[in-house]
Amino acid sequence: MERREFLKAAAAGSVLAWLPQPGWAAANYQKLLILVELKGGNDGLNTVIPYADAQYAALRPRLAVARDQVLQLDDGSGLNPALAPLMPLWKAGEVAIVQGVGYPAPNLSHFRSIEIWDTASKSNEFLLDGWLTRAFAQAPVPRSFAADAVVVGSAEMGPFANGTNGAGSGTRTTRTIALTNTEQFLQQAKLAVAAGHAHNTALSHILRVERDIVQAAAGLNTQHAFRIPFPPTAFGNAIRTASQVVASRAGVAALKVSLNGFDTHSGQAGTHTRLLKELAEGLAALKGALGELGRWDDTLVATYAEFGRRPRENASAGTDHGTASAHFVLGGRIKGGLYGQRPALDRLDGNGNLSFAVDFRDIYATVLERWWDISAATALRGRFTSLDFIKT
Amino acid sequence: MLADNTRRLFSALMLMVVSGAAQVTLAASLGFDDARHLLTRTSYAALPADIESFAGLTREQAVELLLSRVDKPRTTPPPAWVREPVLPVLRLREMSVEARRDFQRTNVARGLEMRGWWLQEMVTTPSPLTEKMVLFWHNHFVSSQQKVRQPQYLYRQNVLLREHALGSFGVFLHAIARDPAMVIYLDNASNRKGQPNENFAREVMELFTLGEGHYTERDIKEAARAFTGWSIDGETGEFLFRPFAHDDGEKTVLGRTGNFGGNAVLDILLAQPQTAEFVVRKLWREFVSPEPDAVEVRRIAEVFRDNRYDIRSALRALLISDAFYAPQYRATLVKSPVDLVVGALRQFQFATGDVQPFALAVAQLGQNLFSPPNVKGWPGGDAWINSTTLLARKQFLDRLFRAEELRPSMMMAANATQAAPGKAPQGGPLNAMRQRLLRAMADVQFDSQRWLQQAGNEPAQVQRLVLAMAPQHPVPQGVSGMEVIRRLTQDPVYQLK
Repeated sequence: MERREFLKAAAAGSVLAWLPQPGWAAANYQKLLILVELKGGNDGLNTVIPYADAQYAALRPRLAVARDQVLQLDDGSGLNPALAPLMPLWKAGEVAIVQGVGYPAPNLSHFRSIEIWDTASKSNEFLLDGWLTRAFAQAPVPRSFAADAVVVGSAEMGPFANGTNGAGSGTRTTRTIALTNTEQFLQQAKLAVAAGHAHNTALSHILRVERDIVQAAAGLNTQHAFRIPFPPTAFGNAIRTASQVVASRAGVAALKVSLNGFDTHSGQAGTHTRLLKELAEGLAALKGALGELGRWDDTLVATYAEFGRRPRENASAGTDHGTASAHFVLGGRIKGGLYGQRPALDRLDGNGNLSFAVDFRDIYATVLERWWDISAATALRGRFTSLDFIKT
Repeated sequence: MLADNTRRLFSALMLMVVSGAAQVTLAASLGFDDARHLLTRTSYAALPADIESFAGLTREQAVELLLSRVDKPRTTPPPAWVREPVLPVLRLREMSVEARRDFQRTNVARGLEMRGWWLQEMVTTPSPLTEKMVLFWHNHFVSSQQKVRQPQYLYRQNVLLREHALGSFGVFLHAIARDPAMVIYLDNASNRKGQPNENFAREVMELFTLGEGHYTERDIKEAARAFTGWSIDGETGEFLFRPFAHDDGEKTVLGRTGNFGGNAVLDILLAQPQTAEFVVRKLWREFVSPEPDAVEVRRIAEVFRDNRYDIRSALRALLISDAFYAPQYRATLVKSPVDLVVGALRQFQFATGDVQPFALAVAQLGQNLFSPPNVKGWPGGDAWINSTTLLARKQFLDRLFRAEELRPSMMMAANATQAAPGKAPQGGPLNAMRQRLLRAMADVQFDSQRWLQQAGNEPAQVQRLVLAMAPQHPVPQGVSGMEVIRRLTQDPVYQLK
């Protein structure tokens, strides 16, 4: 079945479910969501390390991080030493670590699995629009905001993807701006002209992008001078741009930044260490910058990736595509601590992969219900269990 | 009763007249609009002289002519280093830190040169369809310099893509599976008996032949075992089968069981009807519209299979089909960055002393040749356009047509980033290429008078030539000359083909 038919079939039976649900107050988009995508599939096992589990070292003769190197969090789990810049946040109780995040019947393809995460679909269900696209359709972001969302340094809209696939099969759209650098964006935006609408799908997409540019340019500014330095890395630049957007006069509800290169099939150790260091330094800088703006307490930062990696290392001192992984949720109003379950290395599936303990949609549900006060059932197309990592 | 019969007879007659008319159209010549459409979609741009010569041809004649040009040899000589042997992996490991840094720097510089070489070929070739198809296959059988660092590998792969671009898909698949760049890119070089690496086995099914959903995880695991031992020679960088690393045990792939090697698995994939449909759907999205028509795809896939996977036959069937010329599919495709940049340079016949750095402009718009974002390639379509890339496109076009007026400031920018005398250039080869692009953009010459004369001068004629449909912002009465071109190329419709 073609995707489009799939979607139609899926949507036909549930028209009523798409209508706004009573009983929820207007969404609280003064609170900011920042998503951090770890592209390629981060090795959760070498990120949050079950250092006390003998099987960990056994599965990873070359890649296991030595027990005495691990930054211990409790008597069984610890962080990769490259994540040291996150330790002050952890000690301040501002980091929730959710272990074993995944979904049933996991797909091991990068593209399909990130699509599942981005659209919050079931493993065998094909949706076109992102989970936040549906959330914003249900509880619209105020028009006074510069944009619904900003994607920094990537052309992939991910969770903000519109329900169109060049075929006009969906109708929900978000005002999402992709930019790499706010100054450059404002300079170039002078060439954009807002125009009418069109029937042609490709053209209507272009017109929408152009309208969104005009509006975002009116609401963004770049004058803020941060006191803290940003790391001189690609991810550090993305964090600087994200912070500039947050400093603007008109808000956005959500931001997405990404860190590339986690698909470590061979020679993982050096690459992974560098990536985790870049991640941790970037996130620490983000806390510093948003702290200066007085926004850290109403920001929730969450990492995600298409999958984790296989517990047993491969012959190339790397790891192949896996399933469940650990993810971070950070912010001034986060209840720090360990959530979910430590990886059960003694209960791997037929492919040698981990079973999951927390459905990724449980995290999404937490964001929607406990952070933004909007019903999760519609956007996530089902009931999921919120986690208790947000202070009330 | 009589009235009913008469009506029926009348309808039957009308049907004959209508279908007769359709047949007449089929044999008729293309005319201006169809010729423009065919040339834009297959050749980046439609020049007035080309449209004139194609307008008098039938669909079959026109497509045959385009296909015959694909056999012409390429015109841009490659850089001399492509003939240098690759550096063996073992030698690389022995290198000092400094030597390795120099080596990587050379690879980056050469990679940029290689992009320039291809871009120049795209702009100057007498057979643009060749380049469209080579890029199509580069985006299908993806390998990337992000992983395959030594550019000789990707140059050789590009030559391979040229060799098979319109040949047999079956032969092509077998050849690409042994292509050293592919063997490195999808980790088959480290796929060994007892410790299989599934990367190639997965992507060959998901992205090269069947498409997602037509195989199981078990098929991948079994197929990965069949490809064990497909490696490269550490000394020469050539494909090498290592029998001792090969798992010659029994495998079951897509319901068939045997002591398969890699070739047998590829043949099993080629025997699946899904493979022909998967490739034809992709050709459709490249040439016709974003949403393939299932019935037409099946028909053309049959032609594809009946002709032993002859790509030329499939492409011919697609390009002469009624669907290709159907009005509802006009202006439905978003130009890729290559389409936009190469198309503008060809369409307006810019004189450029140095065309190669425009490869960097293409990369800045989101299509870094030889470095697709991942093994799935560039997603294309609407995904080409977001706020960043749309603004970059507009700025690129704006600068092209204002080169004369912007020249002083562009040259200043180019010189500002230049190294101080006696010092190494800052930022390395990439920065040097940026400077080259700034200079090249400042140097382009557009002979607007001559061009407008060929195009017919009238704004309506220029519009019909430059845009695939009416503009979103109609050119006001009284606007003429260069200003018409500027307005039309800044119109959102210019982003479509």
